[in-house]
Amino acid sequence: MTPLLKARAIALAGRLDPTDLDIAAGSMVALIGPNGSGKTSLLRALAAIEMSGGNAAVDDELLSSASPAHRSRLLSFLPASRDLVWPIRAREVIGLGLTGPEPERVDELLDKLELRALAERPANQLSTGERARVLLARALASSPRLLLLDEALSNLDPYWVLKTLELLRDTVRGTRCSAIVSLHDIDRVEAFDRVLLLDDGRIAADLPPKVMLTSEELTECFRIERSENRWRIRPVEGPRSSP
Amino acid sequence: MTRPFVLLSAGLLLLMVLHLLLPLGPLLEVRRTDSRLAALLLTELRLPRTLLAAGYGAVLGMTGAAMQAMFANPLASPDTTGSSSGAALGAVLGAYWFGIVDPLALAAFGAGGAGLALLGLILLAGRRSDTATLLLAGVAIALAAGAATSLLLALAPSPFAFYDSFEWLMGSFVDRSLPQAAAALIPAGLACALLITRARALDLMALGDDVAASLGYPPRRLGREVVALSAIAVGACVSVCGAIGFVGLIAPYAARRISGGHPGRALLPAAAIGAILLVLADLAVRFAPAGRAIPVGILTTVVGTPLFVWLLVGMRHRMLER
Repeated sequence: MTPLLKARAIALAGRLDPTDLDIAAGSMVALIGPNGSGKTSLLRALAAIEMSGGNAAVDDELLSSASPAHRSRLLSFLPASRDLVWPIRAREVIGLGLTGPEPERVDELLDKLELRALAERPANQLSTGERARVLLARALASSPRLLLLDEALSNLDPYWVLKTLELLRDTVRGTRCSAIVSLHDIDRVEAFDRVLLLDDGRIAADLPPKVMLTSEELTECFRIERSENRWRIRPVEGPRSSP
Repeated sequence: MTRPFVLLSAGLLLLMVLHLLLPLGPLLEVRRTDSRLAALLLTELRLPRTLLAAGYGAVLGMTGAAMQAMFANPLASPDTTGSSSGAALGAVLGAYWFGIVDPLALAAFGAGGAGLALLGLILLAGRRSDTATLLLAGVAIALAAGAATSLLLALAPSPFAFYDSFEWLMGSFVDRSLPQAAAALIPAGLACALLITRARALDLMALGDDVAASLGYPPRRLGREVVALSAIAVGACVSVCGAIGFVGLIAPYAARRISGGHPGRALLPAAAIGAILLVLADLAVRFAPAGRAIPVGILTTVVGTPLFVWLLVGMRHRMLER
């Protein structure tokens, strides 16, 4: 079976080494890594926003040559920034990426993300968490094949973290699309099918969540370890003596 | 959005007819003695003035809206980005140093100056900068261009350069010919028509550069297009009528009330509102008392400054609330 996403040697000079990545249809992939490890760079390169080499294809269609109208069906990118400058109503922000008016689809997402009460308010005046939900709805609106979500769980309260994961799971199951989600809370990776650990601009480990959480690579990368069911800073081993 | 836009267009047409015919007295008087002269008066003197007032206003409104969308900043406009000043510098250089008389060639000089000013602004402040940086960089460029313009005028081979550039550069539609109006409005109209085709991309920029790029609208290319097209439109108009302030700032602001906040969809209503504002301003100038001619650019500045301050104060409040 051909994978949904096929990326070959995608690279971003100075931030992401040439990387190959295949993602199967219907899978949820978590992207973790220390600050500055290249999570956002990988997502941006996959979304063909910026890359210095390589290519990425969704359902065997090269992203770089897809027309704007078609691209919104292939992929959706949610940036980590929740900033909105213009006073556009939340309902209309959700519909922004759609190629035509689809009021039923927008209504469906307003319900799913419990945004009905906020629908007519200017989105730039909502709280950060509310804006995060509006922007997530915007990313889902075109029912793309591949969801690239940068820090999708940030700025959300515990209910919305769980609810977002549930919504993503339902979406991925229902439409056989795939999602790649970068996150900082490594305990959340258990909700995913597969976890990519990024370190210094390359994929350092690619493991199922349970294995990832106990892996040496994770401990090594984040400089933390698990003991008595809690994460703690890994003690530095012995004083470093110069030879 | 269609209804308010249709109303705006109808209002604009009505105002343009009024602008063309008022004051009616002198026109009727001439007609009584010589109807051919009256027709000439209408087509050679009043028509270019009406077309320039409406066309330049539309250019200011639309390029202001496009710049605000591109810089993601409601305070960007042809004057606050220094592009009007740059255009004036280009036109002065062409007229007094290269001795250019042909209005179309002069328009090209104006466009060049405006384009350089906008590029300078992007180099200084970046394309998505905070309000303070954008305004400071814009002021710096406007000041530099203004100083250079004064210097070029002072050192110009013609000793009358300063004197006869006054009315030109202050922004005025008086005594412009039809060929001059054509030289300003044909390139500007083409540039604006192309700008409108970028409206959807500018709307998507509301979601940020990366989302626009992921949907196949690379913001850098869009930025270059907006800079080039705005420079052509503003430069051509400034080279004929001089710099006119604040219309390019206020019209987009009002237009976004019609477009539901969408920056790209505000392009057309901003053009209509800009045209209405400038036709109104020129009507007001024409009926100014004491027979003294006030350049229309001075009127828009006098009316626009308090509005600008009001906008700034409003923005500060919103930032403090965050």
